[in-house]
Amino acid sequence: MSTPISLTPQPEATLAVNDPAHRWIAVCMGTGCSSSASTEVGAALREELVKNGLENGVEVRRTGCFGFCEQGPITVVYPDETFYTQVKPQNASKIVQEHVVGGQPVERLLYKDPASAVLVEKWHEIGFYGKQQRILLGNCGVIDPENIGHYLAKDGYQALRKCLLELTPEEIIDEMISSNLRGRGGGGFPAGMKWKLARQTQSWPKYVICNADEGDPGAFMDRSVLEGDPHSVIEGMIIAAYAIGADRGYIYCRAEYPLAIERLKIALAQARQLGLLGENILGSGFNCDLEVKEGAGAFVCGEETALMASIMGERGQPWPRPPYPAVAGVWGQPSNVNNVKSYAYTPRIMRNGADWFRSIGTEKSPGTAVFALTGQVQRTGLIEVPMGITVREIIEDIGGGVALGKRFKAVQTGGPLGGCLPEQYLDTPVDFDSLRAVGAVMGSGGMIVADETTCMVEFARYFMKFVVDESCGKCPPCRIGSLRMLEILDRITEGEGTLEDLDELHRLAEGMQRGSLCGLGQLAPSPVLSVLRFFEDEFRAHIIDKACPAHKCKALITFDIVAELCTGCMVCGRNCGSNAITGEKRGVHVIDPDLCERCGMCAEVCKFDAVRIVSPR
Amino acid sequence: MNTGASNVVTPPESIDLSLMDPIFAKYGGNRGALIPILQNAQELYNYLPKEVLQLIARQLGLSVSKVYGVATFYAQFYLERRGRHILKLCDGTACHVKGTPVLMTALEDRYHIGPGETTPDGELTVEIVYCLGSCALAPVAVLNGEVVGRLRQEMLLRTVKKQIDSA
Repeated sequence: MSTPISLTPQPEATLAVNDPAHRWIAVCMGTGCSSSASTEVGAALREELVKNGLENGVEVRRTGCFGFCEQGPITVVYPDETFYTQVKPQNASKIVQEHVVGGQPVERLLYKDPASAVLVEKWHEIGFYGKQQRILLGNCGVIDPENIGHYLAKDGYQALRKCLLELTPEEIIDEMISSNLRGRGGGGFPAGMKWKLARQTQSWPKYVICNADEGDPGAFMDRSVLEGDPHSVIEGMIIAAYAIGADRGYIYCRAEYPLAIERLKIALAQARQLGLLGENILGSGFNCDLEVKEGAGAFVCGEETALMASIMGERGQPWPRPPYPAVAGVWGQPSNVNNVKSYAYTPRIMRNGADWFRSIGTEKSPGTAVFALTGQVQRTGLIEVPMGITVREIIEDIGGGVALGKRFKAVQTGGPLGGCLPEQYLDTPVDFDSLRAVGAVMGSGGMIVADETTCMVEFARYFMKFVVDESCGKCPPCRIGSLRMLEILDRITEGEGTLEDLDELHRLAEGMQRGSLCGLGQLAPSPVLSVLRFFEDEFRAHIIDKACPAHKCKALITFDIVAELCTGCMVCGRNCGSNAITGEKRGVHVIDPDLCERCGMCAEVCKFDAVRIVSPR
Repeated sequence: MNTGASNVVTPPESIDLSLMDPIFAKYGGNRGALIPILQNAQELYNYLPKEVLQLIARQLGLSVSKVYGVATFYAQFYLERRGRHILKLCDGTACHVKGTPVLMTALEDRYHIGPGETTPDGELTVEIVYCLGSCALAPVAVLNGEVVGRLRQEMLLRTVKKQIDSA
């Protein structure tokens, strides 16, 4: 059968996306850049091009995320690949007149490397991108996610065409198993094996479900893929549906991602229009349609059985497995649940082959990993790296090391169900098994760097508070165990802990791990256990010395003004919400510890660093 | 959800239940429609009044306790009227390590309300949310739908006050 006409992109789209000489300006319109006014930047650029009579010669294109969100809004001028950071609408005239017309880059908007103070012109030359390998994010920052023509021009839906018209479902599953794509939601279970099980179950209808309920605080990998390249996820889902014998499916996306939901809906409508969804797809006789289900704010719905309960309009509470979703899932029917990134990888694997995929990353964890690198690190943002890179390379080479000249303390992966690693484990390679072996996890891709100002006891308490808030309440080990652990952690941060509390934490953690119904309860003690393992000295300082080494726990610190440094400028007194600061103009100020709420406002506003924090009190 | 201080003094309004008709027309027959219907209802009324929950139960042939159970399970649903201005303060991990706790303290000091609470004059509701996905701008908040990033205490208080004063 010849290639259906619908998969041939318009010549303009091919030219726009693939011609290296095409003149265009990429304006990032992911959530990060949009929240710092990139839409206005795009409009201003267009207006400026019109003023210069260039509206037909230079394209202004909305793109997905470049990942370097902290430098947003980001625009890139092509074909020069000039990377502009923190662009404001009022910079549009300079970019158009000096660069587009005059051919000279606008130096003031270039990225300046903080270490070398060198201006970097092209985006691939920035240290942040040096060790990255952008495959899943390959189209982000390049195509217009709301234009299916761009996706087609990047060989989009070619894998679907090949699967539907040339391969049997079994051949697809074999290729996926051979690729050893491991579940990108964090579990690491081989996707092909899951598909095989769902294929074997003799019951119809079957469902494909995309888990886009990315709830880990500090993680936004899936959001960026959905916003920047939604068709790759949809194509992967249709291939999976064909492979397992499903004809319908859901994308369950958290409601906190309005832009991702909007882009998905646009993409689904476009795919339907081109006959890539619906009846008799590409003339193959295969039918399939997908719909978006919006979450309603419950972390536990990232657990696959809870997610399916939520799709069915129930409270998002998990149910015991087995039976696994592949056997009896949503509406009691076989369902294949994969993460956004697993589906997004599928068309790439089917297009390029399992061997190509296995040539990237490590033997046991092939491919790349996407991380949201955040916290106290110089360069934050979304990164994609080959598996096997070390944690140190990510933090130091990509992230540029710890921010503001502070000392590194820990890196946390896997969010509230993960663990943290201290300095001595930084050379651990990033892959599913190596991270698990040292008590951290791959997780869905959150990576948060904590420096010396982070109190690890409070950090552990924070994650347990999250679990208490998000535990669905169905099974007692999780519901009660997490609350008891939080009470103990609260006590310790308030200076009222005992050494016996540490044993009790271990005992409760074991009970939760063994007795909880789902992954949330089973993994919830992990952050506390890893802090206990690597930072027990901080626990002991809180318990024995009643001191918080990081000066964070309010009950254990006191604020004090250093007389020699105080100039009597009165700024602290004016900003103190509890009127705890007294002092005359040009006289030394004093904080009344009984009135002080320890909010830290005085330390923040003092220009002379005269406010000191002391612990123990 | 803590509702201790939500003593909103605004008089109770009469609730126009007929506004729900198009929503039922759109989702009525679908399986699993309860959550989208609740989401649409909340968009209409800004919260989920008791009368609306009862109506939804009747229309879908569900018990009121079932509808109530779902509405109270998800963080997105509110059973009480919220303030005119809504501040969602992110306490995701990245924001947490970059200072959300001190931002919350500053808000408590100024407005005497905690997370999930509304000021007695019905002006401001403060909610703690876990991750708005704008971690690169940490600490962030969403004030009346607008993202404000790289917050410091003084700047946050100024921004909130400006919003309240402007409307």
